Amino acid sequence: MLILRCPYCGVDAEETDLAPGGEAHLTRHGPGSDDAEFRDYLFQRRNPRGVHFERWRHAFGCGKWFHAARCTQTLEVFGTYSAQCSEPPEEIMTAIRTRRPDWEMPA
Amino acid sequence: MSEAVTALAGATYEGAVTVADGGLTGMVQLRADLADAAVATAVKAATGADLPDRRRISAAKEQRLLWMSPDELLILTDHGAAPDLVKRLSTELTGQHALVLDLSDARSRIRLSGQGVREVLAKGAPVDLAPGRFEPGEVRRTRIGQIAAAFWLLSETEAEVICFRSVAPFLFDWLSTAARPGSLPGHFR
Repeated sequence: MLILRCPYCGVDAEETDLAPGGEAHLTRHGPGSDDAEFRDYLFQRRNPRGVHFERWRHAFGCGKWFHAARCTQTLEVFGTYSAQCSEPPEEIMTAIRTRRPDWEMPA
Repeated sequence: MSEAVTALAGATYEGAVTVADGGLTGMVQLRADLADAAVATAVKAATGADLPDRRRISAAKEQRLLWMSPDELLILTDHGAAPDLVKRLSTELTGQHALVLDLSDARSRIRLSGQGVREVLAKGAPVDLAPGRFEPGEVRRTRIGQIAAAFWLLSETEAEVICFRSVAPFLFDWLSTAARPGSLPGHFR
């Protein structure tokens, strides 16, 4: 069972309290982008075994979207953080590097 | 004017815990940035109560202010007092980015009373309800069974639950089943 701490209301919310929102930190390609970029933005998603950044919504609780960094292989959660950012904050990166020294942020 | 009625029409179930219709309740929703000092001032002026801290309840006279999210407050009051409260809040919040709505009949309130209210709630909600982990004065929005609900403890033997009116009979039946005599494991005693 996945348990994530909602950064807005501070509760340790269980998976059934949450709604998954897929991969985080996507770069939006809209009008003006070429077809390949738009296709990748719409459909291409990472499916890593290991560290992953995701969006979640505290659907049954405060209703807010937030980000989570976790390991898809062990279900270890490195941390959750605000939705109002386009890349993981430094403390989350530090937490991941502490636990996974060999891990590198994918390009 | 039509006569206001609750969705549960005063239903009561006497089991290991008593489940009862909470009756008509005035509910006013405020959407505004609760971290904004001007909002706190306006709420204080309109209700007499301070803004509750995160996940907590504050009170003044017959009004209770429930923290629902960083930008949402639910104010419980007498059913007849809600329209006036909406007017007072709207006046105080003039010029602010805020929304005030009378939602009195959108939600239903159910009262639980008796030894073991913690256990009845714990059967349906993914919340740590152990004493010390969830205490009176705290409010939790979560699910019970499969539906959205919020609950709080008034004391060790009394709790209140709110849910959307359309699912109130379902939640009443669900809690009644959870409160069947002899069905409480006694985990928190």
